[in-house]
Amino acid sequence: MAGGVGGMRMKLNAVRARNHPGYWAFVVHRVSGVLLALFLPFHFWALGQALQGAAKLDGFLRWTDQPLVKFAEIGLVVLLAAHLAGGTRLLMLEFMAWREWHKTLAAIAAGVAIAFGLAFALNVV
Amino acid sequence: MSARVEQNSLQVNARVEVWLWAAQRITAAIMALFVVAHLITMIYAVHHGLTAAQILGRTRGSAGWATFYAVFVALVAVHAPIGLRNVLAEHLDWRGVSLNTVMILFGILIAILGWRAVWAVCA
Repeated sequence: MAGGVGGMRMKLNAVRARNHPGYWAFVVHRVSGVLLALFLPFHFWALGQALQGAAKLDGFLRWTDQPLVKFAEIGLVVLLAAHLAGGTRLLMLEFMAWREWHKTLAAIAAGVAIAFGLAFALNVV
Repeated sequence: MSARVEQNSLQVNARVEVWLWAAQRITAAIMALFVVAHLITMIYAVHHGLTAAQILGRTRGSAGWATFYAVFVALVAVHAPIGLRNVLAEHLDWRGVSLNTVMILFGILIAILGWRAVWAVCA
């Protein structure tokens, strides 16, 4: 039974360690970074359409007018803003020793990402 | 492998890791300014309706935008592979020469496609 209680404590500690703004900031930074890195080649390929003339680029831009693509674009803007804000938070924690501020910085990072996402969404729709 | 060769190899690896760590932070700090400018430009651009004429009217023949985006591409071609390398090493336990080779190739791919895109919209 002692092992069972110990195991439960370990699980509880793992949950506590993860249910923390710093952990979620880490997850968002990692996931946004990976998705943005994978998106980059497609983004550059799309802009490269201009090599075949403005009409070709316009054809691609009209494809992006679809609601689902617009929704994905808003998501990408939020990811970029989240990665920017989360990265700035990390640089501040590492180089400015603002460790007691970590929860505030995580909240600011989330706010910045949502603000940029909303500003883009209100202008693109 | 002799103990001395192994120790030298470990020292080189540690030095490379320090350089990659520094490059990741330096590119991040510089790119923060570029990303803010990019986000504001995107919001401004979509507000006026995204068309090829509008994009190319702003960028074609502009040395300023060409320089901005060419430097942006160079920074991200360094930053993204280092970040991806860390994620793959920590989550998939993929390390060593194969991972380094794939990440260098990924960085080269981003640089080539990125500069091609800059040429396409600015030249």
